[in-house]
Amino acid sequence: MTLPTYDEVIAKWDPVLGLEVHVELNTKSKMFCSCATEFGAEPNTQTCPVCLALPGALPVVNEKAIESTILIGLALNCKIAPYSRFARKNYFYPDMPKNFQISQYDEPICFDGYVDVEIDTEEGPKQFRIEIERVHMEEDTGKSLHVGGATGRIHGADYSLLDYNRAGIPLVEIVTKIVPGTGKYAPEVAKAYVAELRDILRGLKVSDVKMEQGSLRCDANVSLKPIGSDVLGTRSETKNVNSLRSVERAIRGEMIRHAELLNDGKKVKQETRHFQEDTGLTRSGRSKEQAEDYRYFPDPDLVPVTPSSAWIEELRATLPERPSLRRKRLKEEWNVPDKEMQAMINADVLDIVEATVLLGADPTKARSWWLGEISRIANDQNIAVADLSITPADVAELVALVAAGELTDKLARQVVEGVIAGEGKPSEVVAKRGIKVVNDDGALMAAIEKVCTEQAETAEKVRGGHLPAAGALIGAVMKETKGQADAAKVRELLLKHLGQG
Amino acid sequence: MIQLTAAQMADALAKDETTSVELTQAHLDRIAAVDGQVKAFLHVDSEGALAQARDVDTRRKSGEKLSAIAGVPLALKDVLAQKGVPTTAGSKILQGWRPPYDSTVVSKLKDAGVVIMGKTNMDEFAMGSSTENSGYGPTFNPWDLTRTPGGSSGGSAAAVSAFEAPLAVGSDTGGSIRQPAALTGIVGVRPTYGAVSRFGLIAYSSSLDQAGPFGRTVLDTALLHEVMAGHDPKDATSINAPVPAVVSAAKSGDVKGMKIGVIKQLQGEGYQKGVQARFDESLKVLASLGAEIVEVDCPSFEYALAAYYLIAPSECSSNLARFDAMRYGLRTGDVEGASAEAVMSATRDAGFGREVKRRIILGTYALSSGYYDAYYGSAQKIRTLIIQDYAKAFGKADVLVSPTAPTTAYKIGEKVDDPMAMYLGDVATIPVNLAGICGMSLPAGLAEEDNLPVGFQIMAPAMQDQRLYQVGASLEAALLSQWGAPILSKAPALGGK
Amino acid sequence: MSSLSRDDVAKLAGLARIEMTESELVELSSQFGMILDAVARVQEMDLSGVKATSHPQPLENIARPDVVLPSLSPDEALSGAPAQEESRFRVPQILGEAE
Repeated sequence: MTLPTYDEVIAKWDPVLGLEVHVELNTKSKMFCSCATEFGAEPNTQTCPVCLALPGALPVVNEKAIESTILIGLALNCKIAPYSRFARKNYFYPDMPKNFQISQYDEPICFDGYVDVEIDTEEGPKQFRIEIERVHMEEDTGKSLHVGGATGRIHGADYSLLDYNRAGIPLVEIVTKIVPGTGKYAPEVAKAYVAELRDILRGLKVSDVKMEQGSLRCDANVSLKPIGSDVLGTRSETKNVNSLRSVERAIRGEMIRHAELLNDGKKVKQETRHFQEDTGLTRSGRSKEQAEDYRYFPDPDLVPVTPSSAWIEELRATLPERPSLRRKRLKEEWNVPDKEMQAMINADVLDIVEATVLLGADPTKARSWWLGEISRIANDQNIAVADLSITPADVAELVALVAAGELTDKLARQVVEGVIAGEGKPSEVVAKRGIKVVNDDGALMAAIEKVCTEQAETAEKVRGGHLPAAGALIGAVMKETKGQADAAKVRELLLKHLGQG
Repeated sequence: MIQLTAAQMADALAKDETTSVELTQAHLDRIAAVDGQVKAFLHVDSEGALAQARDVDTRRKSGEKLSAIAGVPLALKDVLAQKGVPTTAGSKILQGWRPPYDSTVVSKLKDAGVVIMGKTNMDEFAMGSSTENSGYGPTFNPWDLTRTPGGSSGGSAAAVSAFEAPLAVGSDTGGSIRQPAALTGIVGVRPTYGAVSRFGLIAYSSSLDQAGPFGRTVLDTALLHEVMAGHDPKDATSINAPVPAVVSAAKSGDVKGMKIGVIKQLQGEGYQKGVQARFDESLKVLASLGAEIVEVDCPSFEYALAAYYLIAPSECSSNLARFDAMRYGLRTGDVEGASAEAVMSATRDAGFGREVKRRIILGTYALSSGYYDAYYGSAQKIRTLIIQDYAKAFGKADVLVSPTAPTTAYKIGEKVDDPMAMYLGDVATIPVNLAGICGMSLPAGLAEEDNLPVGFQIMAPAMQDQRLYQVGASLEAALLSQWGAPILSKAPALGGK
Repeated sequence: MSSLSRDDVAKLAGLARIEMTESELVELSSQFGMILDAVARVQEMDLSGVKATSHPQPLENIARPDVVLPSLSPDEALSGAPAQEESRFRVPQILGEAE
């Protein structure tokens, strides 16, 4: 029995999505205690009685985490609850020291919001509104190393080693309402949603939002129903989705898997599955039907969170411009075609380019430097553009120098190299390296005459009207002037000299 | 020396008539002499105590300004974490555990120079009313060694009653300080919820637990109360307000013009004859001192016991989940091929006693889906009604009173197989915990039928703890002049007195 | 009279991760009837319109500043560990999967 093709799937079935995203906040201390949150510390060096759940320890909530969560809710157009509480989610697992997780249950801090996303289709751009059910606070678990098994995974391991440094790291969970009506675009819509979330969160500066590092985690829920039906199908939950591309692949894969079962008259099991990067398929995990009863109740060690409307409005005023609106505005201001806009977004240089433009550089020039030469160097060195030692101020200065005629594009490239190599700002590099455009006509003429004498035959060809031959002469003049002449000027003077200008 | 009150000991220390080392050694000697019979202590830290005593004596000699009770020794209920000292909460599951940190109460005691001599016995995880549920065997009542001292802070109460320590710290979730105080003839106070930090207090029922002081007199208890109480940023349920003026209230003790409310539901039927008699007499004494006695009606109190035995087990079923053999404490069943889950379950069965298991199961049930509203949810509503009844009653009276417990101390083994009978002993103390207010028990005399101590309970509104001491001191002084000597002088001598 | 059967108790014991012996299960089941009757009294009063109290004091918004304070040393953190290896807590093989 072969799998149906995606087209076959969407011809018969209508997908319904649900997305749960967990965000690790970038607070300095943990959610309920004052241990550090820095990544990569030696095991169990960032623990205390509270996050180890020693007898007698008590949680106290991090005020910055509350603020960040409200900002996230506001950025997602949510209502902020005037009264919300923490609840205990009770279940046993060694990576969770208290054997309950402090989370929120029926009184989340933010609820009823939405995010608008846009995707590219053959029929042009399409908008979708993803409704947000809730945004709430909770804490992360410790990390386990499974020893003795074949792959370091939990199955077949002999024992496990636990590090509680990450236990208690602040998490924000963002849950969508069910998302119907995406049809064949379900995978792209899901990916666009997570991408948009990531951009919004990045703009808020509340998290590193790096999916590969786990500071942004996505669980995707998918179910299929017959086209035209109102009855929802059974859903499966897919975890371990570690990149935007995986979001798309996981949803597409699950849609196909569900369709195969349903076409065969079989039932979809309500369960948790794990996405496998290498195959793009999901593997069965724990069956959700046997899910534990979490016995939620309000945490008696913590008191209600009741943000005042004054404070909420204060926070609302600090919200940065929505990423999609900002992108639209910049596109219009700079008059940039879509493809270039997308290129800047993909290369993650939009912020840098904007900063350069704000310092006075021409948008087109700013773009071409960052997307061109500088990106090339970054790729060669295998690092991100943002990690190079060249700043928007440097590039703005460079653009100004070229516009003033003090540097040619070619010379400017040398200056870029110098700045990245750490030799200083553009003006400093110019001084140190003695880079100068030879503008002095006299000096240029001397070089031109020298070259024409040395390559008399070629000069004669040009005099005779064979202009392409001038290229070799121009090259020789450039060499003579150590590349510091403006090639266009050399050509102008040379041709004039040879009676062709 | 050990017969002095803590206030008298503090005075002697201040006047250089004795040193903390002498005082502490005298008490350690007493413990060695009688604790074989009383079994109040789980762990006596002689070395540590004497080192603390030496330190305080040095600080005093150097002219440092010390707290009122610096240098006075104390017994600490084993429910509070003390760094480096075995802390078990009366349970086998924590046998041998030495905390790497101090509870806030212990930090405050150390800062105040109080000498912590050792950890006292208790019902396991504070669940019980007789200290018979301890994983390490019961404590015996110094008044009659065949009887219980009450619980769950039975060890602390017995220690003070037997003159092993002038002061002790207990914890009170449903009456666990007040009831043992009543049964051993001493003073015990359950402070307002949130007045004493719970950081480092091993949790039983988080919204009901509170640590508090024991002493042989109202003033002694006030002196300890003042040191223990205060805001703690490490406890989110801690009240950020100054400690009420309990010591000056204990020193002034005047009830003229005060209204004293007798709670209709907490007396009469079900109360032992001698208990009711001593209670009624104490009311007459208070009236003779200028107080006005009124009756108040708190109908929701009929349901307090039921609400408590839903809320406390529910919270404890969650609080005790952390005892899973992974990070600390007992681990059993760790044989070849055993899974973490199996080791967890085997350890919890071996390490928890019967009463603890009973309450965990009851709590798990009360919180489970489908039952939450009927049980836990309803109990929390009863709680609201109890708070409202108290508010109404405090509109009519400055303090409310009742007998502390329906009976005097009962025989070891008498109720241990009948959980419901055991629970009924808390009927008068539980409403205080549900409302989060404060309560005191002080000796009202002996019941003539068995010559055992009877306790008189005083209750005051939240953060009005000083009223307890004001009324308590007044009653205490009057009863003392009636009796001619403190009640404890009537207790039988223990070996080695 | 309400009651919990031995199987009901066994299910709860499973949720609470306590491996009870047969006699424990039977004993608890027999005691539960009386206890449940006693606690079910909370349903006798008219509770419609009554709000639940989960906190005796009306405290709100208690939080701490986002400041790092010293943690325990690994030795202190592991001081109670039944088993440890390379500064980590060593636990037997875990059968279930993480949430």
